[in-house]
Amino acid sequence: MAGITREDVAHLGRLARLELSGEELDSFAQQLDDIIGAVARVSEVAVQDVPPTSHPLPLTNVMRPDTVRPSLTAEQALSGAPAQEQQRFKVPQILGED
Amino acid sequence: MTDIIKLTAAETAEAIAAGKFTAVEVTEAHLARIDAVDEKVHAFLHVDREGALAQARAVDAKRAAGEPLGPLAGVPLAMKDIFTTEGVPTTVGSKILEGWIPPYDATVTKKLKAAGVVILGKTNMDEFAMGSSTENSAYGPTGNPWDLTRIPGGSGGGSAAALASYQAPLAIGTDTGGSIRQPAAVTATVGVKPTYGGVSRYGMVAFSSSLDQGGPCARTVLDAALLHEVIAGHDPLDSTSVDLPVPPVVEAARSGDVTGLRVGVVKEFGGEGYQAGVVQRFQESVQLLRDLGAEVVELSCPSFTYALAAYYLIAPSECSSNLARFDAMRYGLRVGDDGTRSAEEVTALTREAGFGPEVKRRIMLGTYALSSGYYDAYYGSAQKVRTLITRDFDKAFEQVDVIVSPTTPTTAFPIGERVDDPMAMYLADLCTIPTNLAGNAAMSLPCGLAPEDGLPVGLQIIAPALKDDRLYRVGAAVEAAFVAKWGHPLLEEAPQL
Repeated sequence: MAGITREDVAHLGRLARLELSGEELDSFAQQLDDIIGAVARVSEVAVQDVPPTSHPLPLTNVMRPDTVRPSLTAEQALSGAPAQEQQRFKVPQILGED
Repeated sequence: MTDIIKLTAAETAEAIAAGKFTAVEVTEAHLARIDAVDEKVHAFLHVDREGALAQARAVDAKRAAGEPLGPLAGVPLAMKDIFTTEGVPTTVGSKILEGWIPPYDATVTKKLKAAGVVILGKTNMDEFAMGSSTENSAYGPTGNPWDLTRIPGGSGGGSAAALASYQAPLAIGTDTGGSIRQPAAVTATVGVKPTYGGVSRYGMVAFSSSLDQGGPCARTVLDAALLHEVIAGHDPLDSTSVDLPVPPVVEAARSGDVTGLRVGVVKEFGGEGYQAGVVQRFQESVQLLRDLGAEVVELSCPSFTYALAAYYLIAPSECSSNLARFDAMRYGLRVGDDGTRSAEEVTALTREAGFGPEVKRRIMLGTYALSSGYYDAYYGSAQKVRTLITRDFDKAFEQVDVIVSPTTPTTAFPIGERVDDPMAMYLADLCTIPTNLAGNAAMSLPCGLAPEDGLPVGLQIIAPALKDDRLYRVGAAVEAAFVAKWGHPLLEEAPQL
């Protein structure tokens, strides 16, 4: 078993920007421990001389000509915004006041 | 009028082109069917009545003007709610996108519209396509038309259920670990995961970008091929789109000749956890292929036993990164913005409120697998397993033209049975996952009912990358032989809704 604790889940929640409830910390700790315990077996066969595959296609740097083409208008781009002001996305404060 | 809904897509398009009935009549018949049965099935999250009828009228006008019609013009389709549709809600089965109206069409949406296909609406799915039962939808589960108390598969359960209940002859799905094929298997419909890169991902909400692939769903192999041809092809807006001609899938579906074809049976697709009736129907399918003139070869792909473990590291890792975009700033839900909280706090509150349990589980699993100190052991090892699986496929395809297996180890399980046991749920994708990891192509089609529960069993056909046409060649042969044996398509045996 991977030994995932309630504190580990709280830490993962902070990294992943999830404000987890106390109840969730308990249930996720158990479930993540089970899942990680089960998937850890990948290391049994992943030996040194096997190269990793990140993608099914052997693609690198797909290029296209840099030409001007139609895109969303500001109004369209803002159409789903939770809040907007002066043709911009309005967001909560990012830096502290002081 | 009631007969219209039972027609195949090919027959429907032909009848419209011949003037037997109009596209508007076809659309109205399907909208009436949705009104009659979808309260029970819950395949649709949103029905776009006006948009569908406008598209149908445009097809009728084109025909009246003597303009040429495409092979699927006027045929209704159910669209998985993961593709953006301009002006029509797109939720991905999540509360975090509730009420969002995309300002643009996905490439698949654009291609369907250009082909005169009538998009009836958006279908239910597991939230962000994460699941095998459609129970993870934030908008409630979908029932399997064979037994409404059972799951229709997932994540594309809505699309499969719409087909199986004659609410649409065509549907679109996406397949990251089996989300087209497993729903097809448990509803007695046909679903194809094309070769990775075969169908554009532009405008398809991302879950696991190196695995996600859109594809066709239908009630017959030929209908799936016709739809495949409409939606496939290179797209400069998707940098992982394959810049090669679309394989001749329609031609293959019309041929259906398997004489001399070498068919592989992989021993790792079997054993513990496989339902007896599923194994029985699979073995009958293998015998049927022999009878049709194919040569059956037994194979071993030892690394396939590690596929599920590798998948549940790779897919959550990519999802944890992809879903970071849901930050409550530019679109979608925003919770807790009371003027005192920081952007970071609002993001965390919104994601907590907007994502369901499975999505949170996978985001955290991915965050864990990618974190420093664990990266090599988990994500790095999973990527190596991916290489081993691809090598096993390469070796297998030196000996055979296609591989066959059961699509899923069991028939449809009851709604609620596995929802609190993630590992049990994940087992539904045991046979479908290797194909996503390697990026090749696969199909599921009906091969009978399991004797013990009378529920549909799917046969999976797997082809090498870019050889999607082989799926249709073999699928058409198997379908024709089974329909001849049964005297009718399997779906005819489904109970009346």
